[in-house]
Amino acid sequence: MLKQVEGSRAVAETIALCRPEVVCAYPITPQTHIVEAVGEMVREGTLAPCEFINVESEFSALSVAIGASAGGARAYTATASQGLLFMAEAVFNAAGMGLPIVMTVANRAIGAPINIWNDQSDSMALRDSGWLQLYATSNQEAVDLHIIAFRLAEAVSLPVMVCMDGFVLTHAYERVDIPEQAEVDAYLPGFEPRQLLDPAEPVTMGAMVGPEAFTEVRYLAHVRQMQALELLPTLAREFEARFGRDSGCLIQRYRSEDADTIVVALGSVVGTLQEVIDTLRDAGHAVGVLAIRAFRPFPLAEVHDALVDSKRVIVLERAFAVGQGGIVADSVRKALQGLPAPIHTVVAGLGGRPITQASLRGMIERGMRDELPSVTFLDLQTDVVERALERERTSRRSGPVAEGVLKDLGVKAMQYV
Amino acid sequence: MSHQDIKFYQTGTFTVGNRLLDPEQRSVQSTLERTNALNSGHRACPGCGEALGARYAMDAAMAATDGQIVVANATGCLEVFSTPYPETAWQVPWVHSLFGNAAAVGAGLAAAMRVKGKSDVRVIAQGGDGSTADIGFGPLSGMFERNDDVLFICYDNQGYMNTGVQRSSATPPAARTATTPAVGPHPGHQRGMGKFVPEIAMAHHIPYVATATVADLRDIEAKVTAAMSLRGARYIHILVPCPLGWGSASHDTVRLARMARESGLFPVFEARDGEVTDSLKIRHQVPVEAFLKPQKRFAHLFGKQRDEEAIAYLQARADRNIRKYHLLEA
Amino acid sequence: MFQVRIHGRGGQGAVSAAEMLSVAAFLDGEHAQAFPSFGSERNGAPVVAYCRIDERPIRLHEPVLAPDALIIQDPTLLHQIDVFAGVPDHACIVINSRKSFDELGLGDYIERFDPARVLTIPATEIALKHVGRPVPNVPLLGAFVALAGQIQLSSVLAAIREKFPERIAEPNVKAAQEAHDMALERMSALAEH
Repeated sequence: MLKQVEGSRAVAETIALCRPEVVCAYPITPQTHIVEAVGEMVREGTLAPCEFINVESEFSALSVAIGASAGGARAYTATASQGLLFMAEAVFNAAGMGLPIVMTVANRAIGAPINIWNDQSDSMALRDSGWLQLYATSNQEAVDLHIIAFRLAEAVSLPVMVCMDGFVLTHAYERVDIPEQAEVDAYLPGFEPRQLLDPAEPVTMGAMVGPEAFTEVRYLAHVRQMQALELLPTLAREFEARFGRDSGCLIQRYRSEDADTIVVALGSVVGTLQEVIDTLRDAGHAVGVLAIRAFRPFPLAEVHDALVDSKRVIVLERAFAVGQGGIVADSVRKALQGLPAPIHTVVAGLGGRPITQASLRGMIERGMRDELPSVTFLDLQTDVVERALERERTSRRSGPVAEGVLKDLGVKAMQYV
Repeated sequence: MSHQDIKFYQTGTFTVGNRLLDPEQRSVQSTLERTNALNSGHRACPGCGEALGARYAMDAAMAATDGQIVVANATGCLEVFSTPYPETAWQVPWVHSLFGNAAAVGAGLAAAMRVKGKSDVRVIAQGGDGSTADIGFGPLSGMFERNDDVLFICYDNQGYMNTGVQRSSATPPAARTATTPAVGPHPGHQRGMGKFVPEIAMAHHIPYVATATVADLRDIEAKVTAAMSLRGARYIHILVPCPLGWGSASHDTVRLARMARESGLFPVFEARDGEVTDSLKIRHQVPVEAFLKPQKRFAHLFGKQRDEEAIAYLQARADRNIRKYHLLEA
Repeated sequence: MFQVRIHGRGGQGAVSAAEMLSVAAFLDGEHAQAFPSFGSERNGAPVVAYCRIDERPIRLHEPVLAPDALIIQDPTLLHQIDVFAGVPDHACIVINSRKSFDELGLGDYIERFDPARVLTIPATEIALKHVGRPVPNVPLLGAFVALAGQIQLSSVLAAIREKFPERIAEPNVKAAQEAHDMALERMSALAEH
């Protein structure tokens, strides 16, 4: 059913359609609207049977989900930013035990400095936790990916993070087609766990494993991710056949087939990029976009095939590895090993800075002129940075960096709070 | 409380021959039907109080629920010695997730059982004092506060023994551990620190809180049975001497547990809905020295120069417990 | 594409206004996207909300930098932030105030715009009259619809009824209606001059 709804509401309604049996909630901006809405549906009785549990921390949110999943219930939670880091130990644990929990990450920056706005530092920080990671470019995709996520998680017995840009998507009212219950039921059967804590057949889960078998157990986790790589396109095709939308493929190409310059990106910036690409195409430039929907497992072969004929690749990232550079770019580089095309990293949209068409267009044009350095920070206020560095050069006690930069910017920064 | 009212002194050890009891009061361990929930062959040290306590607690829970339990176990000695892959000593469905989250995993299991219509399957979460009083304290308090249908059992050996005997917030004053060495003007663990989780559990006004020691195994069984007859969040705190960490002889585990109780250092009581309802009376009071002296972790108190002040301090703690919990019969 | 930018303060319903506008556009069969300039939840803090309306699906996820319409819910913001940033000459502007543009000190500034597309309206007073609370967002939407002609009033009223329970929706509908009619009157008076 077509609706004009907030992204969080759309996700909450979709979660309900997926019939989760245990939902754990701990408030953190910007995912809060999702669990609030799910909680309301449980209280009203429209989502039943379902246990909605208000826990005392994100660590417990995921731990409760771990217990619920081990007990055979379909479990769901949502988090963001500091919350994801606070539960980090349980994030690895859920994956290590192979519990098919689905979790929404409403992507948000990580402090310090504390910042409630969007970037993807949170989910990127846990990219190697063993979870499958899917990134939505729109609210419609967020809706569709959640349905696929439950199916995928339970098929391979691994947890799945569905990542959607905080605020930009979660708080945006957009037209979304929310499927019918019967259709979702037909696509997503009830949860049949691979492993279950059951007095009728006692098993030991989470046993200690020493050097004699640890490698094998970890290798099998890798195998399962590779299975997901094979399975996801199949599930996406099945989804498309039933719901009429292509939402679950590993990658999504846009005007990239004959493009010299291809911008690789994840998440909501893809839509803005498509607008820019259309403008540049109208001006006669051979440019395109490659959206990566599945970051874990990383679709090396698909990315290779999509980029192999390009002359240059620009990887636009909403997070970066401090002291190293691009995170996604590294994987792209691996996919293009041995090929001559230069791969540029452009870090953009950190901590909620808007990524505008104008900035993107300027950046892509620089790329087309081969003027982009290896790593660029889009719209970086170099004067502010220079002054901060100057303060550090001239004074031993230069003070907290964040405070210094805010003082320098003066009233301008206050517009946001 | 369902322990004996009759004082049996004839055996000289305060123990009661099982055959002297009514059949329904006999120990779960004495029956052929006992489940061996924690089976023999595990890797615990000789004289491990935790293994003893856990077996009695689990078997009692199995007996009370007709075998319908699932268990969430925190990281720690109990987890490590019972499940070196690919072996497991557990005859119950059992999951180990993390050090700090056993209470939350238990809450999730309870939710799963409810939603799956399997409310007859009961949930036990358990761990040592580190996972209870320290790293898992937040999730434990959350589970209590939500009154989740979980029995949490803490096996308190008063320190981080699995990692090589470090201090926890359940380590008693003056005790020597690797992080509270017996050096300086006040050797061993500092005074004025630490917490007693049963009292904090009571502050949550949960239906049932009890303490026990492995000196009174029948008491453990009775308390687990009582806990399993209730719904909601329940807490049992069992003192389990650790020969490795305490520096005591393997054969002294039960005796030390008894001395802890009979000195008043470890009060054994029961509380319902936040109020103490019963306590196990001291039958033959001993000075704290009787508990302290056989343990190497307190050896510095009894060197060339006895540390009278520290001993008096610990005795005062015991006396306070005796007053507070009415441990001596009037 | 038609882009609206709403400036208000926390508690004045700027975000809800943008959302209702997007729902109204949706009911009109258009694609729409509403989103706030996100901040922490604090009453009185400056808030900006945006709405895009288009016949095609909206892919853009940048803030509205050059709005076709500007709604200002609190005239005190005029002295605090650059509410007119990026506003093109063809834009339609509605300001919540009993005062005229001249009285607000905007007489000269407003000259570059089409007089038939700019308006001040006492939205707070209209809200107080019907809703009993100083929430100017809904009457401003009514006036905006009259001015911009982009969206049907009936759709805005339907969006109000979708957003609020009946007890709150109906007074708001009356407020929107009054502001709409008042705006039409002003426009026709202007046309007669």
